[in-house]
Amino acid sequence: MAKSDLKIDIRTSPYIRKAPSVAQIMRNVVYALLPLAAYSVYQFGISALALLLVTTLSCMATEHFFCWMSDKKSTILDASAAVSGLLLAMTLPPGFPLWMGAVAGFTAIAMGKTLFGGLGFNVFNPALVGRAFVQAAFPVSITTWTPALAVDRFVEFIPSTLALPFMKPAATADWTAQVAIDGFSGATPLALMKFQGIMTDSYDLFIGNVTGSAGETSSLLILVCGLYLVYKKMLDWRIPAAVIFGTVISAELFYFLDPNKYPSPTFMVFSGGLMFAAVFMASDMVASPVTPLGIFVFGVLVGFLTVIIRLFGGLTEAVMYAILFGNAATPIIETYTQPRIYGARKKAKEKS
Amino acid sequence: MNLLNLFSTKTFPHGIHPDEYKAETNAKPTRRLPFAPEIIVHLAQNIGKPAKAIVFKGQLVTRGDVIAEADGFMSVPIHAPVTGIIKEIDIAPNPKGGKEPAIIITTSLDSGQQVPASDRYYDYQQMSRAELIKAVQDIGMVGLGGAAFPTHVKMNIPADRTIHTLLINGCECEPFLTTDHRVMLENIDNLLLGIRIAMKCVAAPKAIIGIEDNKLDVLETIKPHLPSDGTITIEAVETKYPQGAEKMLAYSLLDIEIPSGGLPSDVGLAVFNVATLAEIGALLPKGQGLIERIITITGDDLEKPGNYLAPIGTPLRYLLDFAGFQGVEAELILGGPMMGMPARSLDVPITKGTGAVLVLDKRATKNDEILPCIKCTQCLQACPINLNPSELGLLAAKRQYDVMEEKYHLNDCFECGCCSYVCPSNIPLVQYFRIAKVLNRERHLQNG
Repeated sequence: MAKSDLKIDIRTSPYIRKAPSVAQIMRNVVYALLPLAAYSVYQFGISALALLLVTTLSCMATEHFFCWMSDKKSTILDASAAVSGLLLAMTLPPGFPLWMGAVAGFTAIAMGKTLFGGLGFNVFNPALVGRAFVQAAFPVSITTWTPALAVDRFVEFIPSTLALPFMKPAATADWTAQVAIDGFSGATPLALMKFQGIMTDSYDLFIGNVTGSAGETSSLLILVCGLYLVYKKMLDWRIPAAVIFGTVISAELFYFLDPNKYPSPTFMVFSGGLMFAAVFMASDMVASPVTPLGIFVFGVLVGFLTVIIRLFGGLTEAVMYAILFGNAATPIIETYTQPRIYGARKKAKEKS
Repeated sequence: MNLLNLFSTKTFPHGIHPDEYKAETNAKPTRRLPFAPEIIVHLAQNIGKPAKAIVFKGQLVTRGDVIAEADGFMSVPIHAPVTGIIKEIDIAPNPKGGKEPAIIITTSLDSGQQVPASDRYYDYQQMSRAELIKAVQDIGMVGLGGAAFPTHVKMNIPADRTIHTLLINGCECEPFLTTDHRVMLENIDNLLLGIRIAMKCVAAPKAIIGIEDNKLDVLETIKPHLPSDGTITIEAVETKYPQGAEKMLAYSLLDIEIPSGGLPSDVGLAVFNVATLAEIGALLPKGQGLIERIITITGDDLEKPGNYLAPIGTPLRYLLDFAGFQGVEAELILGGPMMGMPARSLDVPITKGTGAVLVLDKRATKNDEILPCIKCTQCLQACPINLNPSELGLLAAKRQYDVMEEKYHLNDCFECGCCSYVCPSNIPLVQYFRIAKVLNRERHLQNG
């Protein structure tokens, strides 16, 4: 007879599962971001490194703090806070004062995530909430870019980096003039386009041989890292594809109307934070739609808004607001884009 | 037929590809299980009404005797699986987890276990449709694929429906299970006879046997036996879970969608499992009742996993002993790992609907913490019905069961488990949906 003391476990079906855990997904996103982080350190030196560390630690500390406050098990081990911190740092100028970075990290998690109930409940991409906050709070610092590949970048901080809390950061103009190679103006390709009508070479944009925010410069590297996540099935390729598609058609429309006045679609796609935002920001699972049609609508909307804000808005960088707007529109997009189920009957038929 | 079919395997969108675990048992011929000393025959073995016992305590019954008769059209009779003495008619643990009335028979070890020749012989070609359907009910036939729905009810097609194709489901898409595979290899004549009987019952001009392409040996074996007029064909579809769901199979083979809330007969289809038709082919001409079924016993810690022909009512304790179960702590599952039911105790007997006993030890079924939904869309991409399990799960957490039903098609979910299988947050989505359905039913009853 089979043992009568057999311990039988009872659960309901299905009894087998095969899925990466949330923590595994988040950790893989971190891995995918590391090459980008490394490249930004290579380009901008220890200032970028310090900024990456400060925002990441700030995000994780904030997450831990609020878990402790609300008597919950700390959720920093699921690595989602680390992802937000890394994403945040990469959208900031490399010379961004560290204390402001810490503020951005705190805001990202506190107002972008914990306020809504933590992972899974945030309406907006937390990193972008942090960035939007500091964009409003420190408009000068967040638009002050410094040249890439400065000679002493591995031993010397960018002067603004080490500003004391609540102190105005040191001006970087002199330093920039000193380290810059041939006549660097401190302007990003987007600013050059917008205010001076100068187009940067698409190849330089693609490779990342330009200045800009810490992690956004090399479209090539961003695509490679994104492909790794797509291969791991931890990134929904449909979102970046839709964002890029939306950007291209919107830009193409204006470029078609007046090629002299408006930039080409290629420039639009590879400049500024668009590629980074399309691959890593818009694809934030929690704040983007889940329905197939909704994903497409969301992506195209983000792309379209980016082009409109870039061309007609007062800001040079637009994709952040486009995504925040898309995040806000997500519930309503989902409401109208529920998938057609197998065997669905036509409603008219039922009524007649 | 479109051109694309020539280049791609027939299949349906979405679904999952779980590991198969079929190699343990699919090459082993079916063996007969000895009779357990005590057999527990539940009166409620089928969907619909339970049978009514017509025996009394102490009565001697012979194998094959009717011991409980059908209670109306939505019910089937039950035949004695063994020769023996009725020990009592009492409540006993059932596979669903409760206790229900059952006939408990003490097996006579001294008497032979021959099924006496029946006085009823059926020649299906001479019988009318109504007579055939009655005969299917009389032999106690239910769907052996797991649902245990009375087969004759399914065969009783409404007068305003015409069936153009009979689908015979040999997909067996659940991991671990290999009974249908063995039936199709070992019981071809009975299967083909059963198909012809079913074709007559539902007046279908043609029949297609659908198998997954992991069973191509079946395709080779059956093909020479098929009639040359092309009325019965066999086709392979992609090996993918839940290919064996009738909705999926209809789509894969014929590109037909069975309408939401409707029946296969709405679109001219009738779907039966291979094991069901093989049993009809074996039993109906002789007028014998369904008293045993083929069952896969497999999983961890078993010395002799395999397919066994087991008398209905054999307790799990006896089955596992015979298969050489060695474990001390395990999950016992009646059916497959995706849709099977947990057995609460070793005293639970197998019923007509039990296709497998699966033993999973602790490490295979580790329970992780449930995390919030991160809206990764994996469940949407797995759901064969194209539901939105993510949204349904969030609504279930908010207990908005009415919204789930009205706006998010809860009742179209057939609980295949794909969403739970792929969920990184380990949310028991299917369980949520089951609870929601039950509570909705209760609410509708209260509201009249």
